[in-house]
Order: sequence, then C-alpha cells, then structure tokens
Amino acid sequence: MQFGIFGVGDVVRDPVTGRMPSEHERIKAVLEYAKLAEDVGLDVFAIGEHHNPPFFPSSPTTLLGHVAARTDRIVLSTSTTLITTNDPVKIAEDYAMLQHLADGRVDLMMGRGNTGPVYPWFGQDIRNGIALAVENYDLLRRLWREEVVDWQGKFRTPLQSFTSTPRPLDGVPPFVWHGSIRSPEIAEQAAYYGDGFLHNNLLWPKEHVQRMVGLYRRRFEHYGHGPADQAIVGLGAQVFMRKNSQDALRDFHPYFDNSAAYGHGPSLEETMKRTALLVGSPQEVIDRTLAFREYAGGDYQRQLFNVDGIGVPRKTVLEQIEMLGEVVQVLRKEFAVGRPAHVPDAPTHASLKAAATEGK
Amino acid sequence: MRRTIAVVSAGLRQPSSTRMLADRLADAARRELEQLGAEVDVEVIELRDHAHDLVNNLLAGYPSEELKRVHETVAGADALIAVTPTFSASFNGFFKMFVEVLDDTALVDKPVLVAATGGTGRHSLVLEHALRPVFTYLHAVVVPTAVFAAPEDWGAGDTAESSLVHRIDRAAGELAREVDRRDKPTHTDPFDNPTPFAHLLGAE
Repeated sequence: MQFGIFGVGDVVRDPVTGRMPSEHERIKAVLEYAKLAEDVGLDVFAIGEHHNPPFFPSSPTTLLGHVAARTDRIVLSTSTTLITTNDPVKIAEDYAMLQHLADGRVDLMMGRGNTGPVYPWFGQDIRNGIALAVENYDLLRRLWREEVVDWQGKFRTPLQSFTSTPRPLDGVPPFVWHGSIRSPEIAEQAAYYGDGFLHNNLLWPKEHVQRMVGLYRRRFEHYGHGPADQAIVGLGAQVFMRKNSQDALRDFHPYFDNSAAYGHGPSLEETMKRTALLVGSPQEVIDRTLAFREYAGGDYQRQLFNVDGIGVPRKTVLEQIEMLGEVVQVLRKEFAVGRPAHVPDAPTHASLKAAATEGK
Repeated sequence: MRRTIAVVSAGLRQPSSTRMLADRLADAARRELEQLGAEVDVEVIELRDHAHDLVNNLLAGYPSEELKRVHETVAGADALIAVTPTFSASFNGFFKMFVEVLDDTALVDKPVLVAATGGTGRHSLVLEHALRPVFTYLHAVVVPTAVFAAPEDWGAGDTAESSLVHRIDRAAGELAREVDRRDKPTHTDPFDNPTPFAHLLGAE
C-alpha cells in the first residue's frame, strides 16, 4: 500500500499570526515538503492544478520536474490534472517528459476542476465538463499508446499523422487515477479503462464516498478488469496532529474556522465525524485511517494525506510530515494484517513495465 | 393506495399562522384524497427546526443527517404543500434556502400546492409572482389555486365563495385529483444504474 501527501497549493493568510506568505515562499515551502516526505519514508507526493488565485500551481510538471531532480524514490503525482481545460496533447507531452526526467516515478490523477470561469478562460464551457473529460482522456490514452494518431473529436482541432513526443518511458504510459467528489460518470470512466479511482474523502460525507467507490469497484468488475476487490482505489484525508488530541483540536480550530472550504459551516467536530478530516493524536489518526476500509469496500491501494493548506505555517506543516512518517510506519504494518494476497498494490512504472514485457 | 403528503412550513414563530394555514391545507388534502380512496400519511416539516442545517447545507454542499431525511421525505412524497410567510414582498429566506438545497429533480412532476400568509391581503400576489415561478422552474405541477391568508381571513365566516375555507377546499381538491391520477413517485439512482461508458463516449 502507498502513502503520501497531496495538496492544492493555496496562498492564504495564517489566521493565527495574520501573516500572509508570498507566492515565492509558498512554492519553495512545497518543494521542501516533497523532499521531507521522501526523507520520512512516504511513497507519493501529489500537487493540484489551478489557474486562479489563491492557488499557485498552474504549472505542475515544472514543479514536479524540480522535485524529481531533488528526490530518488518518491512517486510524483497530481491532485488533480485538469483533463477538461488542458489540451490533452499537451498533457501527453508534458507528463511523458516528466516520466523520463523522473525515471518513471510518475502517475497522475485526472480531475475536471470546478471553478466556473477557468473554463471560458481556456476556451471551454463548464457545462461540457463530463463530455470534455471523456473525449480528452480518450485522446490522451491514444497519444501515449499509438505512435501515429489520426483523430477527430468535438472539442479540439483534428489531428492527422500526429506523434506525441517524447514517447512514454519504456513504451509504458503513466498510470492514471481519476478523481471526482460527486460524479458517478467519472467512477464509471475509471472502471471502464481499468484505471485507478481516488476519492479525496473530504468535503462530502463518508456514505457518499462509499457509494462512489462502490460504484467504481462494481463497474471495474463489470468491464472485465478483475473482481471488485482488485480494483485500484485511493483515498484522501486531511490531517492535523499533536501529541494530545485536545491540543490538536485547539491548535487546528482557527485554521478550520477561517478556511474558505470549511469556515462558518458545519462545526469542526461535525465535519470530523462525517468526513476524513482527522484532527487529534497520532494514535487517533491511525485508528481513523484504518477504519476507512469499512466504507472503501475493503483493502485499498493508496492513502494520501493533506497537511498543507488553509494557512497552516511552514514550520507546522514540516512537523506534520515528520509525524506522518511515524504514523505511516504503523499504518503499513496494520494495513498488511489480514490483507488478502490477491489484493494488488497500486501499479508503478516497474510493475506496468513488467506486465507489458510479460504480455509480449 | 397509500399516499404521503409532505407539508413544509417556513413560519418563524410558535404558534405560527403559517403553520396554522399549513395544517388546514393538509387536513383538507387528506380528506379529499381519502374520498378518492387513498390512505394518507401527512409529514409536516417545520423549517425552523432545521434553520442551522439549511445554512450548513448551503455552505458545505451536503445535508446533515437529519436534513437528509427531510430531503428524502419531500422527494418521496406524492404531493407537497409549501407554505411561507411573506417577507419584503416575497417568500422568506428560510423557504428559499430550503428550495435551494433540494435536489433539482426532487419535485419533477410532483403536485404542489403553494400557500402564504402575510400582514395584509395586498401581498397576496406573492404566490403568483414569487412562489409559482420557482416551482414551475423545478418542473413541479403547481395546482391552479394558490391560497393566501391575510389576518382578516382568520376572523371571516365560511359562507362566502371567496372565504379562506372555500379557497382551502378548492386547492386541496385540485391537489388530490393531481395525486390521484399519478403513480407513486419513482427515484432513479445514478449509482444503481450508471450511464454506460460507451454511451458517454458516443454522447453528443
């Protein structure tokens, strides 16, 4: 099982100190988090993509390329890559390039993006969100798998005799996850291709996560990729830890209460009860995380934690990653207990390459 | 057949004349439906009890467990009686919040009776200008008679054709007939029957 951190790179004021970090500070801090994540033994670092303030990551492959050069082991991923407003040709090129730079330590997660104006800024219409995700991703897959592509669709210029370069490393395209909070169509898409499905497990209650993951697993089996319990499932969570749970709650409250995503709605306690927002002692975080299996249809493949955002300062985020390193050591052991042998690990470049060689 | 009428009252105080009107309408609708041979359950929803949950639903995007049950009651009902006080020439904020957090398919083809209370009869067209368009937008079937109760209506007799009692009975009769000619509402769950991907791939 893989463990990692994911974030969206927001640049917001620390509500406790009132201090506003610069974009430059935030970008540099996130690079530090990625390096520390590898050093404490995490497996995955993922960053989102946005094209509007207060978020800085408009150019994820530039950032991940830099992280690739400074790390040796950690898998670089996205949370998410906008399959709707990006040209799929550019995604094919950029991520194949990153794959070469990182010697295969790359996968990515497709998402639609829910910021209305971003669509028209990139010449699209949010009402076509699902249709864009479907058409663009289908083209992206072909660009990575077919040397020469002739293609015609609804949303971009047709292609005749197009070859996307560089070709995927070792002829093995990066593994793809699909992320969606609410749309059954995206769970269906992930199942159809036998790709991974990751639910961020945040913002909507766990009963809903259960339905999304349940649909994905059921349809994965329907499309003949294997039994439902072999589908490739990822979950998110948000974590804030202190040695004692009371201290964690006290220290996290101002960030929660003032956050754009959470503030002034359901209380911290209610949100913790219903979603994977984990605020407490390391042991509480371990217990809650292990219980995700109860609604994720059993054992799963990837667990990502959000530790960076909503104004939490750099020093605290670094502490959280350090603690997460220790928590994950326990989680690895505990998740391995009773895990059926037929439940696969998340695909990596090495495993996909081996499978491709075997297939030939 | 067993029928359920959901009754939503957006009155703020207790006792509330809005609730009083809602109860009169519910009783009349029950009687009319029973005359058509139905067994009737009435589920009354006081929005005041869900005030904070409504705000939280708007902000978080999902309902509390209790409010979710309210959503399910409304979506599963055979008919809806929706009653609001008139605030600043329209429905009150509570009432609109409730409509906003409903699933946008919850009221499709559902018979709806709209009613309102107000400080003066001069507000009565709030029903036609504010409530009816909202429910029409949601593809509900709003019965022709909408019922407005002004303060003086509670002290008027029931003999005149235009009296509150007659208007209630007329509206309830219209609602009962709309319910009677429909099957029970069905709910298609996209998680039970997902759109096959081949269809999405070929979809225009």
